Amino acid sequence: MDKSAYKNVYVFIEQRGGVIQPVALELLGKASELAATLGEKVVALFPGNNIASQAQTLIEYGADQVVVMDCPELNDYLTEQYAQAMYQAIMKFQPSIVLFGATTIGRDLAPRLSARLETGLTADCTKLEISEDGQLMMTRPAFGGNLMATIMCTEHRPQMSTVRPGVMRRLSADKSRKGEVITFQPEFNTAKFRVKLVETVKNDKGKIDITEAKILVSGGRGVGNKEGFDKLQALADVFGDKAVVSSSRAMVDAGIMEADRQVGQTGKTVRPDLYLACGISGAIQHLAGMEESDLIIAINKDKFAPIFNVADLGIVGDVHKIIPMLTERLKK
Amino acid sequence: MKIVVCIKQVPDTTEVKINPVTGTIIREGIPSIMNPDDKGGLELALRLKDEFDAHVTVITMGPPQADAILREAYAMGVDRAILLTDRAFAGADTLATSHALAAAIKNLDYDLVITGRQAIDGDTAQVGPQIAEHLDLPQVSYVADAKYDGKETIRVKKETEDGYQILEATTPCVFTVLASAIKPRYMSVRGIVEAFDKEVETWTVQNITIEPEKLGGKGSPTRVKKSFAKELKQPGAVYEVTPEESVDLIIAKLKEKFII
Repeated sequence: MDKSAYKNVYVFIEQRGGVIQPVALELLGKASELAATLGEKVVALFPGNNIASQAQTLIEYGADQVVVMDCPELNDYLTEQYAQAMYQAIMKFQPSIVLFGATTIGRDLAPRLSARLETGLTADCTKLEISEDGQLMMTRPAFGGNLMATIMCTEHRPQMSTVRPGVMRRLSADKSRKGEVITFQPEFNTAKFRVKLVETVKNDKGKIDITEAKILVSGGRGVGNKEGFDKLQALADVFGDKAVVSSSRAMVDAGIMEADRQVGQTGKTVRPDLYLACGISGAIQHLAGMEESDLIIAINKDKFAPIFNVADLGIVGDVHKIIPMLTERLKK
Repeated sequence: MKIVVCIKQVPDTTEVKINPVTGTIIREGIPSIMNPDDKGGLELALRLKDEFDAHVTVITMGPPQADAILREAYAMGVDRAILLTDRAFAGADTLATSHALAAAIKNLDYDLVITGRQAIDGDTAQVGPQIAEHLDLPQVSYVADAKYDGKETIRVKKETEDGYQILEATTPCVFTVLASAIKPRYMSVRGIVEAFDKEVETWTVQNITIEPEKLGGKGSPTRVKKSFAKELKQPGAVYEVTPEESVDLIIAKLKEKFII
């Protein structure tokens, strides 16, 4: 294949109900960095319904061009509808790189597209860099987070990868930034639309997004039970809206915490300003989800707990004593 | 109804340990298991067998020792088991794997193809949707439950980040299933005994129709350039002091980093 025909760094802009998802802006930030290294442009691929007016937002966050695919067929995310639109846009514009959020949408769409395009796809990348000869180097955890692997797709285009929410950093919005908006109308083969959306149900109790919190008070086995988590919640409450209680997998499996609070390889990747790990031993799968936090403070009874290997401050002690005392002191 | 379930034998990554001196994985003694999401998918298929007398075939691509998970599937109640094994498949990335599996599935009858959402040794979640594309079938991923009307419509519950969706798919179609939502049954004692006498069919590249350049390492657009143990950052100090002193230390750190 003639690789030189493929240019620029493209980002799939995921929206839900017309709301651009944070991961899309994070990817625009990363794409800006990659494009600068390559001397190329950042292009946003923006499918949806009644979304054209938001193209400027994408420019403010780093897009040089926005390809708007605004049509009623794309109102809700459905695999085939989105795959057709994205496939046609990719065939027309010939990107060198396409990035997707590793969400339930991105991880459904990107592999379908990779098979249609007969190109490579690397999932859940934690690091993206450009090699000396201008290729994308995609680093991801393997073996349940026990190893890191750097993967390349040198002979096929586009080079595609998914990145989990919270891994990359968005740029701050620049209101004065200028860019180009291109309208692209896909031609749908509706005979292939064989999955129908009946309803979308949101768990209101799941309103809390731990990836967006500035402070996470996180509990593991050492917290023990619901009453233990109430103590963590009391501490989080002292910090107000910016603090949220999260959890290790063990507490989710035990039914004590909701799955959407889970940090780690099978949960969410977080990088808050403060991660306070309470009674979390620090299995490698857990560390994979939080070790990029700016400040990590760990409290654990076991002085050999692996969580102390990533903590900026480690306290060997009983969370049930220390947390309520800390809460009282902070209230003053 | 005929169902094909794709399963994979994986090392139990929760048991993986890192050698603290060399920073490499200690591979010895790690048990091999049926991938959890695949087992959830198999359970979904077996429930459709219980209710609608569906015929369930399991297929795995892997080395000869993957026979073990096919026997386990027999003991859980499947009707047919196929081991797809050939040196030609070695070094396959997700795309080349999906080509091989899809080519094998094309030689079977199916109304429904089920895979696990993802395998715990790779966590990519790619092979299921890629198989669906090669078979030109609709897909629903992250499936937590499915209700079949007995004809050609299946209503599925798909888990999302903030809730779930109900979708309606017409057969034939592909589902990728989440283990967390579907608790697999245990093997029956009789099933275990009988599993050893059942036939596991071995298929090689000779049994499928596909261009050889789509298989194995040559059919893989992605290449692992290097793998390495994760660098852990320099750990901070660890204190073993009274609760009061611990609180002082935490507050001092929070002030130092402008958290408070």
